[in-house]
Amino acid sequence: MGLTVPVLAFLAKLLSGATVRWIDCQPDTCQRVYFANHTSHLDALVLWASLPREVRALTRPVAARDYWERGMVRRHIAKVFNALLIDRTKIKVHQSPMDLMIREIGDTYSLIVFPEGHRSTGDEIGEFKSGLYYLGKKRPDLELVPVYIDNMNRVLPRGEFLPVPLLSCITIGPPMWLERGEPKTDFLIRARDAVRRLKEL
Amino acid sequence: MGAAFTTASSPPPLLMFLADGSGRLNLPTIALLSVVLLVLAIAYIVGQVLRQQPETSVNAAVVRTFNRRVRAWWMMCAILVFGFLIGNVGTVVLFAFVSFWALREFITMTPTRRGDHRTLFWVFFLFTPLQYVLVGMGMEMGTELEMARKRQELYELYTILIPVYGMLFIPARIALSGDHKRFLERSAKIQVGLLICVYALSHAPALLALELTRSATPGRQPWQGNNFGLLFYFILIVQLGDVFQYICGRLFGRHVIAPTINASKTWEGFLGGILCTTLLGTLLWWVTPFQYWESACMSLIIAIMGFAGSMTMSAIKRDRGVADYGTLVQGHVGVLDRIDSICFAAPVFFHLTKYFFSAA
Repeated sequence: MGLTVPVLAFLAKLLSGATVRWIDCQPDTCQRVYFANHTSHLDALVLWASLPREVRALTRPVAARDYWERGMVRRHIAKVFNALLIDRTKIKVHQSPMDLMIREIGDTYSLIVFPEGHRSTGDEIGEFKSGLYYLGKKRPDLELVPVYIDNMNRVLPRGEFLPVPLLSCITIGPPMWLERGEPKTDFLIRARDAVRRLKEL
Repeated sequence: MGAAFTTASSPPPLLMFLADGSGRLNLPTIALLSVVLLVLAIAYIVGQVLRQQPETSVNAAVVRTFNRRVRAWWMMCAILVFGFLIGNVGTVVLFAFVSFWALREFITMTPTRRGDHRTLFWVFFLFTPLQYVLVGMGMEMGTELEMARKRQELYELYTILIPVYGMLFIPARIALSGDHKRFLERSAKIQVGLLICVYALSHAPALLALELTRSATPGRQPWQGNNFGLLFYFILIVQLGDVFQYICGRLFGRHVIAPTINASKTWEGFLGGILCTTLLGTLLWWVTPFQYWESACMSLIIAIMGFAGSMTMSAIKRDRGVADYGTLVQGHVGVLDRIDSICFAAPVFFHLTKYFFSAA
């Protein structure tokens, strides 16, 4: 366990050739929600690996239980990077994923979420699901940090299991918060634009 | 060929190994290497001093380019020297990594489609290593006739691996993926990337396996020097070609060759550059199996090919709308920017040397 983390992080970075750019934002161990576009299974792993070690130790990617609990390797990887697994099939009113996330992070952990909910083809960022809005509403103290992941869909696209080691780039942008009384749709559009804006920088 | 790496145990092994006449480094090579390292050290100091100057007194962009170049040369020297210390096969492995990285940059810049994914996987993990494995297998063999024949067979195989079998494999594998959009264009892009970054560059370390003779004409006397010197000479001449063309271009540049491709390449720079390179190359004949006039011809050809390489890569970059491979993904060094001229000069230099100065 002690060795797997650096090895896994190193492999992920080597394979994806990821460059990390922090734009108007600094690595910090304060509680954050990193939200990114989602095009590949490697997204969570590489974004997590590219955070500085002390931040990484406090950051938990949110991932789908049905995917990450299938098979030994995936289960092990999910355990190593301390993933917060969400059951997509059993979402109930009283046991919503948001409550689970908020309970799990307590007042120490940060999260990595993919608000599109599923992997897109990579050309256009899909509509954001409302989870990010509820996170921001229930925990206004969390910094919501947009992240744009570029080229990862070419490293390991949907439906492929062998990666091609191209160069990718992760851009981490300035934090944002839910404004007082901001409508849900407005906020979600604003969050999506924040991610899209990083593509141009 | 002095390929066998002697693991001498008594007195300082490195010194033994340097002094050993049959060792990998002979006197001319050490002399050349020392001169180059000295010049690089001076260049580094000059670069650092210039960097400290106030912005107004020196051209900051030129200083930055200069410092980046010097850093790349240190890197090249480190790779070459380290390669030589660990043996011929080690050098081949290091070149393989350089190729791999260059191909990575090339394909990242080239738009490919989802249907090319599995083709690219084989290009990266089968063709690239296989090319270098074949080149590397020719290294640690003896001088006997049997071995020479084997080496020739390997040469024939790695010469056609990518141009023939790669060319057959890539379009076929793309066709299997079922995506026919811009089919020929996609196949060609991947093929060109593989040819430039892997195939062409692999001819540089392949020089180490040649069994060199003095000259073609009088009875083919075996050459007493070593191939490391020749490889170092080759890389040095290519880099000098780049530098002299840049300097001459800045000093006398008037007529731009192709403004839409590369605005800094001028006829004056090109002609002045190859002239200076040829002169300096002539003076370096003593590291090589060439006579001084042969060395002049070789330097001339290397300089011209290096020029062709940087023009071609500029054209590809303009087509893709990127300034440098280094800026493609921010923070990367841009290996392809540094090796474009080496890639183009390597096969030509290799073949000329093989045909005119090799026993096999």
